[in-house]
Amino acid sequence: MTALLDISDYRLAFDGFEGRAHVLDGIDLRVAAGESVGIVGETGCGKSVLARSITRLVDTPPGRVLSGHIRFAGEDVLAMDQRALARLRGHGVAMIFQDPMTYLNPVFSIGSQLIDVIRAHDRAAGQRMRPRVAARAAAAEVLGAVRLPEPDRLLDRYPHELSGGMRQRVLIAMALTGTPRLLVADEPTTALDVTIQAQVLRLIGELVAERGLALLLISHDLGVIGALCRRIVVMYAGTVVEDADAAALFDRPRHPYTRGLLAAVPDLARPDHRARPIPGHIPNLLAPPPGCRFHPRCPLAVARCIAEKPALREVDGRRVACHRAEDIAA
Amino acid sequence: MILFVLKRVALTGLMLFGLVCITFTVSNVAPSDPAALAAGPDATRDMVETIRREYGLDRPLPEQFVRYLGGLLQGDLGRSIVTTRPVTQDLARYFPATLELVLLSMTLGVLVGVPMGMVSAVLKNRAPDHATRFVAVSLVALPAFWFGILLQLLFSVQLEWLPTSGRLEVATPPPPPLTGMLLFDSLASGQWATFGDALSHAVLPALVLSFPCLASILRVNRAEMIEVLGSDYVTAARAHGISRLRVVCVLALRNAMLPTLAIIGLRWGWMLGSTVLVETVFDWPGIGLYAVSSAIAGDFKPVMGVTLLIGLNFMIANLIVDILYGVLDPRLRTAP
Repeated sequence: MTALLDISDYRLAFDGFEGRAHVLDGIDLRVAAGESVGIVGETGCGKSVLARSITRLVDTPPGRVLSGHIRFAGEDVLAMDQRALARLRGHGVAMIFQDPMTYLNPVFSIGSQLIDVIRAHDRAAGQRMRPRVAARAAAAEVLGAVRLPEPDRLLDRYPHELSGGMRQRVLIAMALTGTPRLLVADEPTTALDVTIQAQVLRLIGELVAERGLALLLISHDLGVIGALCRRIVVMYAGTVVEDADAAALFDRPRHPYTRGLLAAVPDLARPDHRARPIPGHIPNLLAPPPGCRFHPRCPLAVARCIAEKPALREVDGRRVACHRAEDIAA
Repeated sequence: MILFVLKRVALTGLMLFGLVCITFTVSNVAPSDPAALAAGPDATRDMVETIRREYGLDRPLPEQFVRYLGGLLQGDLGRSIVTTRPVTQDLARYFPATLELVLLSMTLGVLVGVPMGMVSAVLKNRAPDHATRFVAVSLVALPAFWFGILLQLLFSVQLEWLPTSGRLEVATPPPPPLTGMLLFDSLASGQWATFGDALSHAVLPALVLSFPCLASILRVNRAEMIEVLGSDYVTAARAHGISRLRVVCVLALRNAMLPTLAIIGLRWGWMLGSTVLVETVFDWPGIGLYAVSSAIAGDFKPVMGVTLLIGLNFMIANLIVDILYGVLDPRLRTAP
């Protein structure tokens, strides 16, 4: 099976005043058509940068691709010209972002912003851009598709007049105006109230199923990922440390970091059982630790972990980047 | 919105009153005797006293102030001792020339400053950006009177491309008066030769007047554009495949224009003030030159009139800016 999205050995750094930060260090990730994959990791582990790299939203400079490639439907994203990139962004990969307030332009109406996107997609598809009046009907239609009431009236309103949940639905509508095959959702519910979170997650799940989209859901919240994804990729400090079926990962984590992450989740069923945070801090990416980037915080680290960077390898029906994966009790 | 405008108009009235108090006080503490200056060096005591009485300068200051205020309310700014005409008449005659100059300079400042700021922001920290910023800093730093004379030396004296001063050649027939702005009037009546002549006279003073304004618009617009281009909604617009041109020139610019607009409003008032220097250098018969020649003659009613007119203009400009803010930013429209 050829993957819809195929990222291999992708290394990305940012050049700044303090030197070069190695933000992504050899990412390997494949997503098949129609598959739902979750990416989980701490703040600053490179999840969002990875998501933005897929549609080349990371500016270079200051970003710099050191190695690797990103292919979408067989096409090399890193080699695309502006036309191909516009087509990819409209009709290949759609994105939903974290904070729906800051990701909507405050001075344009909802309708105006949707119409812009619709017209951009027309052009990317090689068609004539439809006039703004004609695009308005299409805009109302996508607002209806994300279950927003009275879409026609909503078109003339501005972002600040909407609630957080409504704004996130508008952003989802925007993402779905083209004909995407992969939906990348970067922390789509983090800025929302818990009750709204559940609604938005359900909506994303329904839309992905209706349209047969592949989903790449990025979150630091295992619960959010568990609700929508069959497969989970765990990232740590710019590397993929484990890539497994959700059930297997929750049951038998094979990477010490995944194990620590699971232990850090409070368990409501056992309130006396305190959540155990992982000791230590995320590493400084300007001077990342040699070998395995997790070794300074790892309870199982041995000399080899400092000397040699562990590659992703098959263990127990999954991929793990740890020299001691076999030693971790199932 | 209407309530907002009414409130602002009321506030403008209050500010004008403050301005009147200040200008009146300042012009009366100046150690000169307008009556003696008007009468000339050979005048007798009696003649000076006659003039003093005629202009009410022999009255106590508070009484003069009340009379001045009373006149103001009826649209009377007093009478110029030098021109012997009512100040309002003089202002009506000289103000169009100044307005023409300021409008031209402001148009230049906005039309050049805003796009250059945008280009500078898009090419941040690359060669064109550094060059633009260097030019911008230099333009702010050049004093208008010195730079104006330098340009006159180069373009008028050395190269003989442009006239040194004035608004029209003596031989050129002025257009039928419509607004008093020669460029506009000559265009409206289709007198192309006159328009060309008026434009060639206006180029240098307009340039000198516009440079500091252009530079500050550029710098503010650049800074705002850089901030807006780094914002989340710009990232989102790019992620949705909207063209770079539309993102920069429409979606980002409208956000960046808010602070730029504030600077334009401030610079408008500043420019009217600067005409005092620029009009003197280029012998441009506007209110700046009028104020200077009146001040030299110790004739303070015109100076006060000019100050009030500039102040009023400044307040109106800022009122317009505030209204435009509401047009550009929907968040301000619904705000209480």
